[in-house]
Amino acid sequence: MHELAVTQRVLEIALRHAQTADAIRITRIHLVVGQLATIVDDSVQFYWDLIAQDTIAQGAQLTFERRPATMRCLACGETFTLSGQSDFRCPHCGDPDVVVAGGDELQIDHIEIETAELAAP
Amino acid sequence: MTTRIPIVERILQANDDLADQVRQRLDAAHLLGLNVMASPGAGKTTLIQATVDRLRESLRIGYIDGDITTTLDAERVAAYGLPVVQINTGGDCHLDAAMLSPALDELTLTDLDLLIVENVGNLICPANFRLGTHLSVLVASVPEGDDKPFKYPGMFRGVDVILLNKIDLLPYIPFDVDRFLHGVRVLNPGLATFQVSALHGDGMDAWTAWLMDRVAAKRP
Repeated sequence: MHELAVTQRVLEIALRHAQTADAIRITRIHLVVGQLATIVDDSVQFYWDLIAQDTIAQGAQLTFERRPATMRCLACGETFTLSGQSDFRCPHCGDPDVVVAGGDELQIDHIEIETAELAAP
Repeated sequence: MTTRIPIVERILQANDDLADQVRQRLDAAHLLGLNVMASPGAGKTTLIQATVDRLRESLRIGYIDGDITTTLDAERVAAYGLPVVQINTGGDCHLDAAMLSPALDELTLTDLDLLIVENVGNLICPANFRLGTHLSVLVASVPEGDDKPFKYPGMFRGVDVILLNKIDLLPYIPFDVDRFLHGVRVLNPGLATFQVSALHGDGMDAWTAWLMDRVAAKRP
Protein backbone atom coordinates (compact mmCIF):
# COMPACT_ATOMS: atom_id res chain seq x y z
CA MET A 1 0.00 0.00 0.00
CA HIS A 2 3.09 2.21 -0.02
CA GLU A 3 2.46 2.27 -3.78
CA LEU A 4 0.28 5.35 -3.30
CA ALA A 5 3.22 7.33 -1.92
CA VAL A 6 5.46 6.00 -4.68
CA THR A 7 2.91 6.84 -7.38
CA GLN A 8 2.51 10.39 -6.08
CA ARG A 9 6.26 10.89 -6.38
CA VAL A 10 6.18 9.50 -9.94
CA LEU A 11 3.54 12.06 -10.87
CA GLU A 12 5.45 14.93 -9.28
CA ILE A 13 8.70 14.05 -11.03
CA ALA A 14 7.00 13.53 -14.41
CA LEU A 15 5.06 16.82 -14.19
CA ARG A 16 8.19 18.73 -13.19
CA HIS A 17 10.21 17.43 -16.15
CA ALA A 18 7.27 17.87 -18.53
CA GLN A 19 6.84 21.49 -17.48
CA THR A 20 10.54 22.19 -18.05
CA ALA A 21 10.13 20.80 -21.57
CA ASP A 22 6.95 22.83 -22.27
CA ALA A 23 4.88 19.69 -22.70
CA ILE A 24 1.14 19.88 -23.26
CA ARG A 25 0.70 16.18 -22.59
CA ILE A 26 2.63 13.27 -21.10
CA THR A 27 2.00 10.11 -23.10
CA ARG A 28 4.28 7.58 -21.45
CA ILE A 29 6.27 7.11 -18.27
CA HIS A 30 8.88 4.39 -18.24
CA LEU A 31 9.79 3.05 -14.80
CA VAL A 32 12.64 0.78 -13.82
CA VAL A 33 11.69 -1.34 -10.83
CA GLY A 34 13.97 -3.85 -9.16
CA GLN A 35 12.56 -6.94 -7.52
CA LEU A 36 13.91 -5.88 -4.13
CA ALA A 37 11.97 -2.60 -4.26
CA THR A 38 8.76 -4.60 -3.61
CA ILE A 39 6.45 -2.52 -5.79
CA VAL A 40 3.27 -4.01 -7.27
CA ASP A 41 2.74 -2.77 -10.84
CA ASP A 42 -1.04 -3.14 -10.79
CA SER A 43 -1.25 -1.17 -7.58
CA VAL A 44 0.80 1.70 -9.04
CA GLN A 45 -1.44 1.66 -12.12
CA PHE A 46 -4.57 1.75 -9.93
CA TYR A 47 -3.41 4.81 -8.00
CA TRP A 48 -2.07 6.39 -11.18
CA ASP A 49 -5.48 6.37 -12.84
CA LEU A 50 -6.87 8.25 -9.83
CA ILE A 51 -4.19 10.83 -9.14
CA ALA A 52 -3.23 11.68 -12.74
CA GLN A 53 -6.78 12.83 -13.50
CA ASP A 54 -7.04 16.47 -14.55
CA THR A 55 -3.29 16.79 -15.09
CA ILE A 56 -1.39 16.73 -18.39
CA ALA A 57 -0.38 13.19 -17.42
CA GLN A 58 -3.94 11.90 -17.52
CA GLY A 59 -4.09 8.82 -19.74
CA ALA A 60 -0.31 8.45 -19.90
CA GLN A 61 0.82 4.87 -20.31
CA LEU A 62 2.93 3.49 -17.48
CA THR A 63 5.48 0.94 -18.59
CA PHE A 64 7.45 -1.12 -16.08
CA GLU A 65 10.89 -2.45 -16.83
CA ARG A 66 11.36 -5.14 -14.22
CA ARG A 67 14.88 -5.93 -13.02
CA PRO A 68 15.26 -9.26 -11.25
CA ALA A 69 17.13 -9.48 -7.98
CA THR A 70 20.45 -11.05 -8.82
CA MET A 71 23.21 -12.55 -6.70
CA ARG A 72 26.85 -13.27 -7.38
CA CYS A 73 28.83 -16.13 -5.92
CA LEU A 74 32.11 -14.96 -4.43
CA ALA A 75 33.56 -18.46 -4.69
CA CYS A 76 33.01 -19.25 -8.38
CA GLY A 77 31.76 -15.94 -9.82
CA GLU A 78 28.43 -17.35 -11.02
CA THR A 79 25.62 -14.77 -11.25
CA PHE A 80 22.08 -16.03 -10.62
CA THR A 81 18.61 -14.70 -9.88
CA LEU A 82 16.96 -14.70 -6.50
CA SER A 83 13.78 -16.38 -7.75
CA GLY A 84 13.33 -19.81 -6.29
CA GLN A 85 16.21 -19.30 -3.86
CA SER A 86 15.31 -20.44 -0.37
CA ASP A 87 18.76 -20.58 1.15
CA PHE A 88 20.93 -18.02 -0.72
CA ARG A 89 23.49 -20.53 -1.96
CA CYS A 90 25.18 -20.63 -5.34
CA PRO A 91 23.20 -22.99 -7.61
CA HIS A 92 26.42 -23.73 -9.52
CA CYS A 93 28.91 -24.65 -6.77
CA GLY A 94 26.74 -24.66 -3.65
CA ASP A 95 28.85 -22.11 -1.80
CA PRO A 96 26.97 -19.92 0.72
CA ASP A 97 29.33 -16.96 0.21
CA VAL A 98 27.09 -14.93 -2.14
CA VAL A 99 26.23 -11.22 -2.39
CA VAL A 100 23.35 -9.23 -3.86
CA ALA A 101 24.37 -7.84 -7.26
CA GLY A 102 21.20 -6.04 -8.39
CA GLY A 103 17.49 -5.53 -7.95
CA ASP A 104 17.26 -2.43 -5.73
CA GLU A 105 16.28 -0.06 -8.59
CA LEU A 106 13.28 2.23 -8.25
CA GLN A 107 13.51 5.04 -10.77
CA ILE A 108 11.93 6.83 -13.71
CA ASP A 109 14.05 6.17 -16.78
CA HIS A 110 12.29 8.50 -19.22
CA ILE A 111 8.97 10.07 -20.15
CA GLU A 112 7.43 10.77 -23.53
CA ILE A 113 5.66 14.07 -24.08
CA GLU A 114 3.85 16.09 -26.69
CA THR A 115 4.69 19.75 -27.13
CA ALA A 116 2.45 22.42 -28.62
CA GLU A 117 4.40 22.77 -31.90
CA LEU A 118 4.54 19.04 -32.51
CA ALA A 119 0.91 18.46 -31.63
CA ALA A 120 -0.44 21.08 -34.04
CA PRO A 121 -2.27 19.58 -37.04
CA MET B 1 4.68 12.99 -32.63
CA THR B 2 6.19 12.67 -29.21
CA THR B 3 9.48 13.62 -27.66
CA ARG B 4 11.32 11.33 -25.32
CA ILE B 5 12.90 12.97 -22.28
CA PRO B 6 15.48 10.97 -20.36
CA ILE B 7 15.12 11.44 -16.63
CA VAL B 8 16.80 8.67 -14.63
CA GLU B 9 15.64 10.07 -11.33
CA ARG B 10 15.13 7.97 -8.24
CA ILE B 11 11.42 7.99 -7.46
CA LEU B 12 11.91 8.51 -3.76
CA GLN B 13 14.60 11.16 -4.13
CA ALA B 14 12.32 13.84 -2.60
CA ASN B 15 11.93 11.73 0.52
CA ASP B 16 15.67 11.11 0.64
CA ASP B 17 16.30 14.86 0.43
CA LEU B 18 13.94 15.46 3.36
CA ALA B 19 15.61 12.61 5.23
CA ASP B 20 18.94 14.39 4.76
CA GLN B 21 17.43 17.49 6.40
CA VAL B 22 16.19 15.41 9.32
CA ARG B 23 19.69 13.95 9.66
CA GLN B 24 21.18 17.45 9.79
CA ARG B 25 18.80 18.44 12.60
CA LEU B 26 19.66 15.35 14.61
CA ASP B 27 23.38 15.87 14.05
CA ALA B 28 23.15 19.53 15.06
CA ALA B 29 21.65 18.37 18.38
CA HIS B 30 24.37 15.66 18.74
CA LEU B 31 21.85 12.91 19.33
CA LEU B 32 21.55 9.41 17.89
CA GLY B 33 18.32 8.56 16.03
CA LEU B 34 16.95 5.02 15.68
CA ASN B 35 14.29 3.85 13.22
CA VAL B 36 12.83 0.67 14.72
CA MET B 37 11.02 -1.54 12.21
CA ALA B 38 9.40 -4.98 12.37
CA SER B 39 6.29 -6.95 11.55
CA PRO B 40 3.29 -6.50 13.86
CA GLY B 41 3.85 -8.57 16.99
CA ALA B 42 7.63 -8.99 16.71
CA GLY B 43 8.02 -7.15 20.01
CA LYS B 44 9.10 -3.65 18.94
CA THR B 45 7.39 -1.86 21.79
CA THR B 46 8.45 -4.39 24.42
CA LEU B 47 12.02 -4.14 23.14
CA ILE B 48 11.91 -0.36 23.27
CA GLN B 49 10.52 -0.48 26.81
CA ALA B 50 13.27 -2.88 27.90
CA THR B 51 15.89 -0.67 26.23
CA VAL B 52 14.55 2.50 27.84
CA ASP B 53 14.34 0.80 31.22
CA ARG B 54 18.07 -0.03 31.07
CA LEU B 55 19.24 3.30 29.69
CA ARG B 56 17.02 5.96 31.20
CA GLU B 57 19.33 6.58 34.17
CA SER B 58 22.28 7.32 31.88
CA LEU B 59 20.66 8.82 28.76
CA ARG B 60 18.04 11.41 27.94
CA ILE B 61 15.70 9.57 25.59
CA GLY B 62 12.84 10.77 23.39
CA TYR B 63 10.30 8.52 21.65
CA ILE B 64 8.23 9.01 18.51
CA ASP B 65 5.59 6.41 17.76
CA GLY B 66 4.19 5.81 14.28
CA ASP B 67 0.91 3.94 14.29
CA ILE B 68 -2.08 3.74 12.02
CA THR B 69 -4.69 5.00 14.48
CA THR B 70 -4.05 4.18 18.12
CA THR B 71 -1.88 5.60 20.91
CA LEU B 72 -1.54 2.24 22.70
CA ASP B 73 2.21 1.92 22.13
CA ALA B 74 2.88 5.55 22.99
CA GLU B 75 1.09 5.12 26.31
CA ARG B 76 3.21 2.08 27.17
CA VAL B 77 6.44 3.99 26.59
CA ALA B 78 5.19 7.26 28.12
CA ALA B 79 4.85 5.36 31.41
CA TYR B 80 8.65 5.62 31.67
CA GLY B 81 8.39 9.41 31.87
CA LEU B 82 9.98 10.21 28.48
CA PRO B 83 8.93 12.92 26.06
CA VAL B 84 6.65 11.10 23.63
CA VAL B 85 5.23 12.21 20.28
CA GLN B 86 2.53 10.28 18.47
CA ILE B 87 2.29 10.18 14.67
CA ASN B 88 -0.97 8.66 13.44
CA THR B 89 -0.48 7.86 9.79
CA GLY B 90 -4.22 7.57 9.15
CA GLY B 91 -3.84 4.25 7.35
CA ASP B 92 -0.44 4.72 5.75
CA CYS B 93 1.64 1.61 6.19
CA HIS B 94 4.94 3.36 6.89
CA LEU B 95 6.51 6.54 8.22
CA ASP B 96 8.40 8.82 5.87
CA ALA B 97 10.67 11.80 6.40
CA ALA B 98 7.80 14.25 5.75
CA MET B 99 5.85 12.74 8.68
CA LEU B 100 8.85 12.62 10.98
CA SER B 101 9.99 16.18 10.37
CA PRO B 102 6.99 17.96 12.07
CA ALA B 103 7.09 15.42 14.91
CA LEU B 104 10.65 16.56 15.67
CA ASP B 105 9.29 20.08 16.23
CA GLU B 106 7.43 18.73 19.27
CA LEU B 107 10.67 17.75 21.00
CA THR B 108 13.57 19.82 22.32
CA LEU B 109 16.22 17.87 20.47
CA THR B 110 19.13 19.46 22.30
CA ASP B 111 17.74 18.00 25.54
CA LEU B 112 18.08 14.45 24.19
CA ASP B 113 20.90 11.92 23.70
CA LEU B 114 18.84 9.24 22.00
CA LEU B 115 15.72 9.45 19.84
CA ILE B 116 13.80 6.23 19.25
CA VAL B 117 11.33 6.25 16.35
CA GLU B 118 9.00 3.26 16.27
CA ASN B 119 7.80 2.68 12.72
CA VAL B 120 4.46 1.18 11.71
CA GLY B 121 4.42 -2.59 12.14
CA ASN B 122 5.05 -3.88 8.61
CA LEU B 123 7.81 -5.91 6.98
CA ILE B 124 7.50 -4.48 3.48
CA CYS B 125 6.68 -0.81 3.16
CA PRO B 126 8.96 0.99 5.67
CA ALA B 127 12.07 -0.34 3.89
CA ASN B 128 11.67 2.08 1.00
CA PHE B 129 11.39 5.25 3.01
CA ARG B 130 14.48 6.64 4.69
CA LEU B 131 13.71 8.77 7.73
CA GLY B 132 17.08 10.43 8.30
CA THR B 133 17.73 8.57 11.53
CA HIS B 134 21.24 7.18 11.98
CA LEU B 135 20.49 3.52 12.54
CA SER B 136 17.76 1.38 11.04
CA VAL B 137 16.95 -1.35 13.54
CA LEU B 138 15.02 -4.42 12.46
CA VAL B 139 13.36 -6.50 15.15
CA ALA B 140 12.78 -10.05 13.96
CA SER B 141 11.31 -12.66 16.25
CA VAL B 142 11.62 -16.42 16.59
CA PRO B 143 7.89 -17.22 16.06
CA GLU B 144 7.97 -15.48 12.67
CA GLY B 145 10.27 -18.21 11.34
CA ASP B 146 13.84 -18.42 10.08
CA ASP B 147 12.78 -17.92 6.45
CA LYS B 148 12.00 -14.21 6.71
CA PRO B 149 15.26 -12.92 5.17
CA PHE B 150 14.55 -15.12 2.14
CA LYS B 151 10.91 -14.05 1.86
CA TYR B 152 11.32 -10.33 2.58
CA PRO B 153 14.78 -9.57 1.18
CA GLY B 154 13.97 -5.87 0.62
CA MET B 155 13.39 -5.26 4.30
CA PHE B 156 16.65 -6.89 5.34
CA ARG B 157 18.68 -4.97 2.75
CA GLY B 158 18.75 -1.50 4.21
CA VAL B 159 19.05 -2.02 7.96
CA ASP B 160 22.08 -1.48 10.19
CA VAL B 161 21.32 -3.78 13.09
CA ILE B 162 19.06 -6.78 13.58
CA LEU B 163 17.69 -7.84 16.92
CA LEU B 164 16.43 -11.42 16.92
CA ASN B 165 13.83 -11.26 19.67
CA LYS B 166 11.98 -13.92 21.71
CA ILE B 167 14.98 -16.27 21.80
CA ASP B 168 13.47 -17.71 24.99
CA LEU B 169 11.08 -19.52 22.60
CA LEU B 170 13.88 -21.30 20.69
CA PRO B 171 13.39 -24.57 22.62
CA TYR B 172 9.73 -24.70 21.57
CA ILE B 173 9.75 -23.54 17.94
CA PRO B 174 11.66 -24.92 14.97
CA PHE B 175 13.95 -22.00 14.12
CA ASP B 176 17.41 -22.46 12.62
CA VAL B 177 19.41 -19.47 13.90
CA ASP B 178 22.28 -20.23 11.50
CA ARG B 179 19.95 -20.28 8.49
CA PHE B 180 18.42 -16.96 9.58
CA LEU B 181 21.80 -15.31 10.14
CA HIS B 182 23.12 -16.62 6.83
CA GLY B 183 20.19 -15.01 4.99
CA VAL B 184 20.71 -11.77 6.88
CA ARG B 185 24.44 -11.61 6.16
CA VAL B 186 24.04 -12.29 2.44
CA LEU B 187 21.54 -9.47 2.10
CA ASN B 188 23.42 -7.15 4.36
CA PRO B 189 27.10 -7.96 4.87
CA GLY B 190 28.65 -6.58 8.02
CA LEU B 191 25.54 -5.59 9.91
CA ALA B 192 25.33 -6.03 13.69
CA THR B 193 23.10 -8.76 15.10
CA PHE B 194 21.95 -9.42 18.65
CA GLN B 195 19.89 -12.29 19.99
CA VAL B 196 17.63 -11.11 22.77
CA SER B 197 14.55 -11.75 24.83
CA ALA B 198 13.18 -8.29 25.51
CA LEU B 199 10.67 -9.80 27.92
CA HIS B 200 13.13 -11.77 30.07
CA GLY B 201 16.25 -9.69 29.50
CA ASP B 202 18.53 -12.23 27.76
CA GLY B 203 21.05 -10.49 25.52
CA MET B 204 19.78 -7.02 26.38
CA ASP B 205 23.01 -5.94 28.08
CA ALA B 206 25.06 -6.58 24.95
CA TRP B 207 22.58 -4.63 22.82
CA THR B 208 22.35 -1.65 25.17
CA ALA B 209 26.15 -1.53 25.64
CA TRP B 210 26.54 -1.43 21.84
CA LEU B 211 23.92 1.30 21.65
CA MET B 212 25.59 3.32 24.42
CA ASP B 213 28.83 3.31 22.40
CA ARG B 214 26.97 4.66 19.37
CA VAL B 215 25.36 7.40 21.45
CA ALA B 216 28.72 8.35 22.97
CA ALA B 217 30.22 8.69 19.50
CA LYS B 218 27.63 11.39 18.68
CA ARG B 219 28.64 13.64 21.55
CA PRO B 220 30.66 16.71 20.57
